[in-house]
Amino acid sequence: MKPEESATTGADLLVKALIDEEVEVVFGYPGGAVLPIYDSLFKQNRLRHVLVRHEQAAVHAAEGYARSTGKVGVVLVTSGPGATNAVTGLTDALMDSIPIVCLTGQVPTHLIGNDAFQEADTTGITRPCTKHNYLVKSVGDLARSVHEAFYVARSGRPGPVVIDLPKDVLMNKHEYVAPPKVAVTHKSYRPQTQPDPKKIEQAIEMIAGAKRPVFYAGGGIINAGPKASKLLTQFVHLTGYPVTNTLMGLGSFPASDKQFLGMLGMHGTYEANLAMHGCDVMINIGARFDDRITGNLTKFSPGSKKIHVDIDPSSINKNVRVDLAIVGDAGIVLEELVKAWKAKQPKVDQKALKAWWAQIDTWRARNCLAYKPNNKVIKPQFALERLYHHIKDKDHYITTEVGQHQMWAAQFLKFEQPNRWMTSGGLGTMGYGFPAALGVQIAHPEALVIDVAGEASILMNIQELSTAAQYRLPVKIFVLNNHYMGMVRQWQELLHGGRYSESYSESLPDFVKVADAFGARGLRCEDPDKLDDTIKEMIELKHPVIVDVIVDEKENCFPMIPSGAAHNEMLLGPDDKQSAKVSEEGMVLV
Amino acid sequence: MSKDTIVAHTISVLVANEPGILARVVGLFSGRGYNIESLTVAETNAQESQSRITIVTKGTPMIIEQIKAQLDRLVPVYRVRDLTVEGPHIERELALVKVKGVGEKRVEALRLADVFRAKVIDAKSDSFVFEVTGNTDKVQTFVGLMENLGLVDVVRTGIVAMSRGGEAL
Repeated sequence: MKPEESATTGADLLVKALIDEEVEVVFGYPGGAVLPIYDSLFKQNRLRHVLVRHEQAAVHAAEGYARSTGKVGVVLVTSGPGATNAVTGLTDALMDSIPIVCLTGQVPTHLIGNDAFQEADTTGITRPCTKHNYLVKSVGDLARSVHEAFYVARSGRPGPVVIDLPKDVLMNKHEYVAPPKVAVTHKSYRPQTQPDPKKIEQAIEMIAGAKRPVFYAGGGIINAGPKASKLLTQFVHLTGYPVTNTLMGLGSFPASDKQFLGMLGMHGTYEANLAMHGCDVMINIGARFDDRITGNLTKFSPGSKKIHVDIDPSSINKNVRVDLAIVGDAGIVLEELVKAWKAKQPKVDQKALKAWWAQIDTWRARNCLAYKPNNKVIKPQFALERLYHHIKDKDHYITTEVGQHQMWAAQFLKFEQPNRWMTSGGLGTMGYGFPAALGVQIAHPEALVIDVAGEASILMNIQELSTAAQYRLPVKIFVLNNHYMGMVRQWQELLHGGRYSESYSESLPDFVKVADAFGARGLRCEDPDKLDDTIKEMIELKHPVIVDVIVDEKENCFPMIPSGAAHNEMLLGPDDKQSAKVSEEGMVLV
Repeated sequence: MSKDTIVAHTISVLVANEPGILARVVGLFSGRGYNIESLTVAETNAQESQSRITIVTKGTPMIIEQIKAQLDRLVPVYRVRDLTVEGPHIERELALVKVKGVGEKRVEALRLADVFRAKVIDAKSDSFVFEVTGNTDKVQTFVGLMENLGLVDVVRTGIVAMSRGGEAL
């Protein structure tokens, strides 16, 4: 066949390249610059397009899809405002290492730089909020760029990649270039996945010699695939050591396991944070010593030797100096550690370990997640406990928005498996949870998908109810409605003398009517005694549902490490408030 | 050396010569609050389409380590080398120095240029443009001496650097 005969338009090439990359679904919103792509999509039925109602939601939906499946999420938006609206989602995906390929339309090449209609410097704007980006200037480069983008997005530390596509490039013709058959070797980008064997040996020695050890496992384990979670569980069982998870790592170790200490960090459990503070060997796998985790860096786990396993060398020694750094894929490193441990059968100081567990048990006995029950108003913690009771035996996925409800969800819902928990950890994006839930539901049509939300966050992407209705996505939005931007209010109470500046949720819509207007179902519950029935009804409905749960307005999220404080300076409950002195340095921190 | 000591490091970065690469590097420095003391960039291998960027930056040892790791993380970056810590290296920069004057000052400028092995690359009856190369110290000293002799304009390339010995980057 002559090249001219096999040549097709850029838009058709793009669709073919996406299919070859095993893409099943694209979340997008059309516009002038991407019309040729939409035309190509129209003419085929391999790729499914899900029409969102705002481009930010397209990226969050793709994130939910990616995080619940381990595949790359794909986004398609137009030039100018389409691309700028996607920026929040891209930044979110960068912070949480979610593999995304975002296709953005662009004005034709000859108009670039002329302030054309719906022109924006998309590669310029997205450079700091993507792992990498491309401006495809010639149709001959298109297919290759798409294949490379998928490789970059999913390999190493995953992240979002933008491909900016000028309209003329989409309309010009060229032959297709298939993805390389063997694994791509990029000319300059070579992520290191295999750990240094010498360091594995050193790690085994350090881990075996520990008297007060703790595993600190993060989102890197989730990103390394379900096998990595199994290996972590296996390694933790082999050693008999305690383990804690970061917010992003929840589900990488079964929450019901007796070696699990719960989540650590600012709103982590007392036992997890004190174990981190008092340990002599810390084994960090796939976490990045984020400021929500460490609290005051100068007082962070002062007496411990630290091992840090990370696929990204720039995460090592960024915030915390470590004693042994292992660069590699969390799954591969864990496999090596398990192998080495089994081969060596090292002698662990069982007496010391027993004493350490006894110490941990006294911390556990404080029951740090306890709250004062109330039979008049619904406590948000109670609402989540009841929710968990009803969903735990069902195939379920949880997403959240950002704020108090997110932290309570992390504390009170238990995650037994990876890829079941989708939350905006790094960027803290209000409005993330609902579109993310739509993406999860698209990937898992039969599963129960619940967005735990606050009444303020849900308003940030409420328009997606229309998407949910169009595609009959039976996502459940479980709103903990306390009439406040709760976390803002909590900080104002603790740090700003109770001056609740602009944090009251004034003029809220009637969420039941909102649901109705969009063709969803709305439920409301104000009575603790009726909560179980409401939750059951929510689960049974085969529609998108908003449940407006009216909860205690004044409830605060504890335990809490106030900003600027150390792990052993936690506030356990409202009664600790008076004794808390937040330093001036702490006030500056977010 | 204390962990808080701020030291200047000369870092050599081999990159793919593609659009936006300089913006990526510069954006990384501004976005993360690092300093750039000097930066030079040009294509060094046309066949492979590679450019070499030489950056002089300042920071604590922890920050310098971060800078190198962050640079290495960029997709179009092949290699990052810290010349300051990886053994002896040579640094050079070039300056064009315009001096205006007549009489004794003009003669003195020419005499000093000779001492510094600066070349005259443009001459008018009342002005010279000197080309001076060397390490930063030498260039700075020469420019300083010209200040009293009618200095009107200076342009400098910033530092280029290379390790000593037979090894490539």
